[in-house]
Amino acid sequence: MNGLKFYDVLTEKRAPRVRDFERFEYSFEAEISNVYSLTETEKLYQIRISDPEKRQRFTFRPGQFVMLELPGIGEAPFSISSSPSRHGDIELCIRATGNLTNFLAKVKRGTMVGISGPFGTSFPLEKMEGGNVMLIAGGLGLAPLRSPALSVLENRNRYEQVDIIYGAKKPSELLFTYLYEMWRKFDINLKIIVDTPDETWDGPVGLITEPLKERIAAYGDALKTDTYAIVCGPPIMFKFVCAALTEAGLPMQKMFISLERRMHCGRGKCCRCNIGSTYTCLEGPVFDYWSVMNLKEAI
Amino acid sequence: MIFRVFNKEELSALFDVLAENIIVGPVEKALDKDGIPLYSFELVRDYEELRLQYPSTKISAKKYFLPHNETLSSFSVDKEGWTKHVDYNIYKPLVFFGMHACDINALNKLDKVLLESVYPTPYYGSKRKNMFIVGVNCTPQSHCFCRDMGADTVQHGFDMFLTDLGDRYFVEVLSAEAFNYLDRINSREAVEVDHLDYMKRVKERIGKFTSKVDTTDLTKILDMEFDAEVWREWGEKCLSCGTCANVCPTCYCYGVDEQVDLDLKGAHKIKHLHSCNLLDFAEVAGGHNFRPESYIRLKYRYYHKHRGFVEAFEESLCVGCGRCGEACLADITVPEVIASVRGEG
Repeated sequence: MNGLKFYDVLTEKRAPRVRDFERFEYSFEAEISNVYSLTETEKLYQIRISDPEKRQRFTFRPGQFVMLELPGIGEAPFSISSSPSRHGDIELCIRATGNLTNFLAKVKRGTMVGISGPFGTSFPLEKMEGGNVMLIAGGLGLAPLRSPALSVLENRNRYEQVDIIYGAKKPSELLFTYLYEMWRKFDINLKIIVDTPDETWDGPVGLITEPLKERIAAYGDALKTDTYAIVCGPPIMFKFVCAALTEAGLPMQKMFISLERRMHCGRGKCCRCNIGSTYTCLEGPVFDYWSVMNLKEAI
Repeated sequence: MIFRVFNKEELSALFDVLAENIIVGPVEKALDKDGIPLYSFELVRDYEELRLQYPSTKISAKKYFLPHNETLSSFSVDKEGWTKHVDYNIYKPLVFFGMHACDINALNKLDKVLLESVYPTPYYGSKRKNMFIVGVNCTPQSHCFCRDMGADTVQHGFDMFLTDLGDRYFVEVLSAEAFNYLDRINSREAVEVDHLDYMKRVKERIGKFTSKVDTTDLTKILDMEFDAEVWREWGEKCLSCGTCANVCPTCYCYGVDEQVDLDLKGAHKIKHLHSCNLLDFAEVAGGHNFRPESYIRLKYRYYHKHRGFVEAFEESLCVGCGRCGEACLADITVPEVIASVRGEG
């Protein structure tokens, strides 16, 4: 080129600085330290961040999720089911239903996985202190609710009445059955209902709205002032539960729900979890009911 | 802002000094069935290939900063475990010679969500921060509605912007690099007569817009008409093929696939651009689809571009380039859809 000097457009100013993007790539090597079978399809995975220092520094709030990655298999978001006080020794309750989760169902202790996060919003448990807390879960919806439940349990004296209302299709699909007795001992009002009973079941049968109505009646006016609700379950459950609570006078901004969406990044980039331009991964997964009412097609 | 002027013959000299880098620009790619040339952003090796007077390209330039397929990370796997390797895929800096205002505006909009947000993405950032952009003014086409989207002019996000004044180019200079390049060719400072000619040129151009989109209160109207019947009608026409997202300069949605090497010693995580019109866009594990019907997905596309993004960033994600309407196999165009939602179609 006529003896011209090579002039590189890339100058120091323009070159991306690594630290601009540290946050994007922040991930941990971790190990599946234990696997427990909960039901036929759900397992509880104990996952331990390998580096002891990073494990201790890992903090999250109940309701947040992590992205779990297995090379060559996939990456997917999972709500953290353990208590925040356990730091980087997290527990994930996972149903075998897709590529990654069916693979996970077969892995053994010691398998290395990648964890990034925690991502998303959380249930504002500090705000709820001094009030009553109703945790309402349907099916696998108990997985994200186990973290706030355990957190409330650890600080039981900071809350007034605590309710857990849990509905499942069949008795064999009930999750965390070993915890029920402990929850009751900690003065938690636990109501469990199944839709289709079998011969082992002697508890109530029906939809979750029935025990909910009972509790709403028991609360009476307290529902309008000092009560918070945390709801998670299949989309159809949200509609009925949120409507029943709103009708009974629970203020919309005191009801929190956790939404599920498809996610590929967890960082507000892939757009797959978008509702309008609201990223479920950044502004959710925990929304108050008022925000959800303002999002078309959210529930 | 600094303004300069150079004679038209100097354009090849500007190309030559920039050609020390890799140049991407509009070239004639093929002819359509009526013999009309189709243009595309390609690597330009020779000044003679460059078509600065191109009407518009069929596909935006996004393959250079949002590639359709991109390896995000690779893994080496052995019995002990695995190691992750990350490459942001930064290659040589690219010079974009001849981008229209709409395409530069598209980059500025992408910056907002991909760079100026909580988690800036290095894959886009590495390319975006490593570009040199020469913008060029355009003649509005019948499908262009950029003026209504506020994207017919551009204020930042480029290095220099050329406006054709007949015998010379009027240049807006935004970066020191651009200034230095202009110093190496025969250019001069702009004077009053250049300013007047420029303003005349701008006025002429504005008169040529024919396509119209009324965006008054559009965010509210989209909310009010969320359940309108017209969405179903458009949904029946829509083939859910995703072509609109493919040609769109601002569509950035993606999916991630994992691939295992044949020797089982490595794996790759590959990002591929997606479209919200495709069936599996919002399907979650277990088979539940949050947007099972084609009209819901089409509506979501408009909802994101013209309402959600406005709510988040005070501007629409659509730049009004009209490429989606041109490319659509079912002849669905943005001006028509918006007019029908407003009850004017």
